[in-house]
Amino acid sequence: MTREEILAKINEIFRDLFDDDSITVNDATVASDVDGWDSLMHITIIGTIEAEFGIKFPMKDIVGMKNVGQLVDKISELSK
Amino acid sequence: MKELEYPFDSDYLFKNGRKLKKQLLSEGGPFIDKRIAILGGSTTSAVKDMLELFLLNFGIKPFFYESEYNKYFEVGMFENPELKEFKPDLIYIHTTSRNIDVFPKAADDKETARKLQEDVFFKFKALWESIFDKYGCAIIQNNFEPPMYRLLGNSDCVYPGGAVNFINGINAMFADYAYTHKDLYIHDINYEASCYGLNKWTDLSYWYMYKYAMTLSAIPECSYGVARIIKSIYGKNKKALSLDLDNTLWGGVIGDDGPENIEVGQETPMAQSYSEFQSYLKRHAEIGVILAVNSKNNDDVARKGFERPDSVLKLDDFAAFYANWDNKDLNLKRTAESLTLLPESFVFVDDNPVERGLVAGNVSGVAVPEMDGVENYIKILDRSGFFEVTALSKDDAERAKMYRENAIRSNEMAKYEDYDSYLKSLEMKAEIGAFVPEYLDRIAQLTNKSNQFNLTTWRLTRSEIEKMAADREYVTLYGKLADKFGDNGVVSVVIAKVNGDTADILLWLMSCRVLKRDMEFAMMGELVKKLKALGVKRITAHYYPTAKNAMVKDFYALHGFVKEEEDEAGNALWAIDVDQYNEKKHNIAINV
Repeated sequence: MTREEILAKINEIFRDLFDDDSITVNDATVASDVDGWDSLMHITIIGTIEAEFGIKFPMKDIVGMKNVGQLVDKISELSK
Repeated sequence: MKELEYPFDSDYLFKNGRKLKKQLLSEGGPFIDKRIAILGGSTTSAVKDMLELFLLNFGIKPFFYESEYNKYFEVGMFENPELKEFKPDLIYIHTTSRNIDVFPKAADDKETARKLQEDVFFKFKALWESIFDKYGCAIIQNNFEPPMYRLLGNSDCVYPGGAVNFINGINAMFADYAYTHKDLYIHDINYEASCYGLNKWTDLSYWYMYKYAMTLSAIPECSYGVARIIKSIYGKNKKALSLDLDNTLWGGVIGDDGPENIEVGQETPMAQSYSEFQSYLKRHAEIGVILAVNSKNNDDVARKGFERPDSVLKLDDFAAFYANWDNKDLNLKRTAESLTLLPESFVFVDDNPVERGLVAGNVSGVAVPEMDGVENYIKILDRSGFFEVTALSKDDAERAKMYRENAIRSNEMAKYEDYDSYLKSLEMKAEIGAFVPEYLDRIAQLTNKSNQFNLTTWRLTRSEIEKMAADREYVTLYGKLADKFGDNGVVSVVIAKVNGDTADILLWLMSCRVLKRDMEFAMMGELVKKLKALGVKRITAHYYPTAKNAMVKDFYALHGFVKEEEDEAGNALWAIDVDQYNEKKHNIAINV
């Protein structure tokens, strides 16, 4: 899966989770950019991404992630 | 909604939660509103979100209060204006093994460990009693899942110092308390975690990072368990099973293969699996679930399947038997009518997806689990929790028998030229009186289960009923009805509140099991007699329409009440002067 494909899939997940088709995320997107992306929603986002991509993030990686770009990198690394 | 029925896809529910909620709110209903406070010993946000979806799907619209993280004890123990203001109908205490403050040391003796178990138990007991005292509502309490590690290995379940042994002991203490305190319901996460798989359930990263006591995808399981209890408390359980025969209760097609060749008994693996399924169904009589046959077969051929000596189910296990060539949705509706149950109270069990689709499409509210492979039948029905037991009375074990007796009564009726002589022939006897302790469980059950012959659909917990029974402002009546064919048990409940020389009937319900026997006339006669003795001159009463109680819309007119007010929704106020009341004639001997 290319970075672009991963990003597109993440975007789709966000739209489902927030039930909002106007959401568009990119590499630089951080939690404060998306209305409703609070710490509780963050857990659901991580859980859903793990289920959709069939991966499991090591705890140290989740703690260190700063933006969507780093999330994409991590997914790409884990799904190899 | 299919997505919210067992076996559900947890990841799908999280991903589409908001969409599903919108859809349930716009397409579902009618809903009953319930105010639910969640007191958490760990993060509860996702638990609440999932619980909301499952409850909406059961026809219950929840309003939530959530305690701050791990403040379950403080919130429940001490005065809390916010929670008081919220007026909870029910409090759910979401604690887990993470909330056990002390564990014994490995080498501790039995006495020391017992003392520590009591410390844990008494802390929770104090919490429950504080909640009962302050809020007077029912409580759902998680028990404890097994520990995530076993320092003593297998001996952990043997030694008093072992965590497994320790937790098992506390769970037993919780269970004992719940058995004697009917408003405390145990949510058995111990069993749930085992079913789910403890290794998966205890995904520690969710605890370390987010303080969830279980992995995210186990949360829907946990919430479903709680939703099962809540819907049972509020009368949303199913009541009957409508059962296909060929390849559902036995292997093979009886019409083609002949009764001697269908697979049931102990001879083959397939036969054994069908027999075990039959045993599972037969045991439902113990909890008052009604069995009915709904099969495409010739009636005489279908019956032969149960005449085999090795058939676990026998013909008299069924309250209704529809084997014919009509569509199954029609047969299910006929079954419901003959048993005076609502079609939506049924679970339709059929191995054939086409039949299931037909019934699901034409009978609204009926449960249609996907019966796929006889080796999965029991699991599918059991985990779905259609008949979740929250109150079990002696009456339940008798219920199937009572429905069969009703069938005999119907046959008897045909022998009489007029209905009145039939009623006379029944030799009916009623016991009518103020609530007594031995019937409180059954009374509470009736207030929560009766839908059709129920004027105000006022749902009450056992402790609320107990309080009213002891309060002189309330006049309470229960009615038991028996006749020459059998005893129907407690079938009618009435509560009125007296205020000087007026009385207000707040609750009037009757089980549809005894429709058209004039039991309501006997009840009204007794009620008026009682109220008169208390100096009451005028009686008011209410009818609040629901989706199911249209049959009693004009109930009070029948007794001579006059409609005083009615709003657009159909909520009506009725009244009568006691002098104007004339007892209606009936054929029931009262309290003899």
